[in-house]
Amino acid sequence: MATDGTHNDSHPHIVNYGTYVLIWLALLALTAATVAVAGINFGGVTLWLAILIASAKATLVLNVFMHIKFDDVVFKVFIAIAIMTLLAVFIFTFADYIFR
Amino acid sequence: MADHVIHGNYVDFYDEKGPRKGILAWILSTDHKRIGLMYLIALTTFFCIGATIGVLMRLEMLGQGRTIMGPQTYNSLFTLHGLIMIFLFVIPGIPAVFGNFFLPIMLGAKDVAFPRLNLLSWWLYITGGIFAVLSLFLAGGPIDTGWTFYVPYSLRTGTDVSWMILAAFILGFSSILTGLNFITTIHRMRAPGMGWFKMPLFAWSIYATAWIQLIATPIVGITLALVAIERIFGVGLFDPTLGGDPILYQHMFWIYSHPAVYIMILPAMGVVSEIIPTFAHRTIFGYKAIAISSLAIAFVGYFVWGHHMFVSGMSDTSRWIFSLFTFLVAIPSAVKVFNWTATLYKGSIDLKAPLLFVLAFIFVFSIGGLSGLVVGALATDVHLTDTYFVVAHFHFVVFGGTGFIFFAALHYWFPKMFGKLYNDNVAKVAISMITLGFLMLYFTFFILGYQGMPRRYYDYLPQYHWEHVFATVGSWVMISGFIVMFVNLFIAFRKGPRAGMNPWGGMTLEWTVPSPPPMENFEEIPVITHGPYDYHAQQEAEQKQEEFNQSAEDEK
Amino acid sequence: MSKVPGAVVEQPALPGSHADGSHMLEEGHHHADKMGAKIGMWLFLLTELLLFGGMFLIYGVYRYMNNEDFHAAGQGMNTIIGAFNTVILLTSSLTVAMSITALQKGNKRLSITLLGFTIFFAVWFLINKYFEWSHEIHKGIYPKSPELTSRSPGEILFFGLYYVMTGIHGLHVIIGIVILSFMVVFIAKDKVTSSSYTKLENSGLYWHLVDIIWIFLFPLFYLLR
Repeated sequence: MATDGTHNDSHPHIVNYGTYVLIWLALLALTAATVAVAGINFGGVTLWLAILIASAKATLVLNVFMHIKFDDVVFKVFIAIAIMTLLAVFIFTFADYIFR
Repeated sequence: MADHVIHGNYVDFYDEKGPRKGILAWILSTDHKRIGLMYLIALTTFFCIGATIGVLMRLEMLGQGRTIMGPQTYNSLFTLHGLIMIFLFVIPGIPAVFGNFFLPIMLGAKDVAFPRLNLLSWWLYITGGIFAVLSLFLAGGPIDTGWTFYVPYSLRTGTDVSWMILAAFILGFSSILTGLNFITTIHRMRAPGMGWFKMPLFAWSIYATAWIQLIATPIVGITLALVAIERIFGVGLFDPTLGGDPILYQHMFWIYSHPAVYIMILPAMGVVSEIIPTFAHRTIFGYKAIAISSLAIAFVGYFVWGHHMFVSGMSDTSRWIFSLFTFLVAIPSAVKVFNWTATLYKGSIDLKAPLLFVLAFIFVFSIGGLSGLVVGALATDVHLTDTYFVVAHFHFVVFGGTGFIFFAALHYWFPKMFGKLYNDNVAKVAISMITLGFLMLYFTFFILGYQGMPRRYYDYLPQYHWEHVFATVGSWVMISGFIVMFVNLFIAFRKGPRAGMNPWGGMTLEWTVPSPPPMENFEEIPVITHGPYDYHAQQEAEQKQEEFNQSAEDEK
Repeated sequence: MSKVPGAVVEQPALPGSHADGSHMLEEGHHHADKMGAKIGMWLFLLTELLLFGGMFLIYGVYRYMNNEDFHAAGQGMNTIIGAFNTVILLTSSLTVAMSITALQKGNKRLSITLLGFTIFFAVWFLINKYFEWSHEIHKGIYPKSPELTSRSPGEILFFGLYYVMTGIHGLHVIIGIVILSFMVVFIAKDKVTSSSYTKLENSGLYWHLVDIIWIFLFPLFYLLR
């Protein structure tokens, strides 16, 4: 389980400015999209669409701005543990409210 | 291991001269051993306060009606007993004291990953403790909500809920930082050669615990903070008159507070997995099963919180889901118990005080665990909810589990921590008294609860009289046992005979350093070549060494 | 598993006694365990995630129970100011990420300038927040106000959550400003340099997390129509 590799220490991955700007433009586009979509009534899907777009934005920030894409796998596992737990907590709590 | 020699002039960590003098050399020290000992002092103090409150409550229940206190005082006392014991003793408990002292040594490291953060954790713990004590003397008076802070009562009561919540929040922060520190330590600081499956099982249990601390604590932190915000600013969050749902509060509270039970018990299980191989002189049975079951308990234990709420109006669907998961979590716990007993089987058992404690633990913890299934089943729970049965179950698991093992760990590692030996026979007498008193007190609770005695009442019907008297006498026996135990340890601390490096014949790394350990634990960072309980490899190595010495002598 | 994991061998050798101070987080230290510091930071960020996650759970449950009230309450929210603040925070995330690249490339001055922009955006965000809150309070919508208590329970919950969640987020923005200001000083004094920038990286991570939380807060409070 040599997940805590140290290669990042000696050779830092430098992300160039262009990549960041590109991601920033994508984030702005998604923001515009979520505002635009909110005006249309899709019924029950509206909320899920908003969450989907927000998740896409968060994924971009996590992967590029926060370097998770270039980092050791151990960080991906950590984040997965936290998000999965949170997701499961949501599901178990809603098991009460949905079936009440 | 007697052939180990102490290299050079070693100075133990008590005598190490730092830039600071006197008490400052302790309360500003970032050494994990000093921090562990400071936790030990603080925790033992709070344990004694909590136990005293418990004895007072039992005294009130000696006779019917008002015995020594009124109902409001009783309400405050059971709240304080719960808050002090849970937030200030069992939750920090074994990780804060023994995790701090021994985790780095067992991993072959010089300290934890973030020593200054570790000191901050201790300071936060002390600050939280001070706030908790302070809240008793402020205008509103001691809090009377029960340790669960259930809304809407916690929003309405005039007692000082917000101060106590602030204390709990700070203590939670301390717990999170300790967990964060231990996870990083285990990832980064293991000695060369110590792969994940060559770690001592105590480290595994600390790892699983640290993850629960990290993932669960923030949720209760924010929930309690919201209660305080609602009390102070009147923001509508949980108050039913403002549209809030009190059951949602219960969900949020137990999302943390059930996993918190595993924060309490997992490190205890880790200590048991250390003590049993040492005193059976035998490799632990099923190393991987025990290691993985720690993670499994941590994982499944996260999804059983609803069993605290079977009668509070949850949906039927979630009731049976939570009940099912409650039954599932019993499996990894049972895996551990079977592995421990299998390790003892055909071992050369040396029944010293720590092992006696562990045997008492296995007995009471099994009763506690099985009674958990009784209250985890939907139908029986309706009958037993909010009775003494639940109180009995909880004390069998948390006191008989974590409490017993906290003191077992103290006896196991006492020679290493203080470099002194205690009187084993006196310790055994103390343990027997504690166990006897424990059973008199809490087993009676099972019967009382089954008969319908509700918890948190300061009075009772005449039919319960003799059981209450019997239980109260049990509390006296138990507390006498603790007094004998503490006196015995104190005498040992003052003038016990010096302990050698390895008085029990243990195999893990802490027994390869002097007692008490030097400032940075190791002269040289050890290189790990065999598993933590490899008595077989150890014997072979010793034999080879002997043969080598023999041939060296022959050559002369 | 018997193989020696490469990472574990990197045992930071600490010189002398560290009873009182010297330790791994010390930047500029030769054997500072950067990976360890990063693991610690990420674990801390996960606790922040769970902290807000708890509040999102409360929001989710209450929205599920009072869907129509939530929509009614959401009508009064100012989408434009919300969207504008989103753009500000996203841009501040861009500048803090670029400032790390600048420092890695040895461009100290650019790094400080970009951090300065980040702090500027953060303050701007708070100023907008201040006007937004004042506007709501001016309309008589605040906890315990006669206007709010006369509304339906779902709307009371919506505004309760609105004040608490954006408030706690705002608190994190303030903490972020303080941390980033320290970084400016550290870079200026060469305590954070192109060869030792873990502190800046970790501060950046914190700032991005504040951004991510806003990314979720924005549609949940400002886009209900």
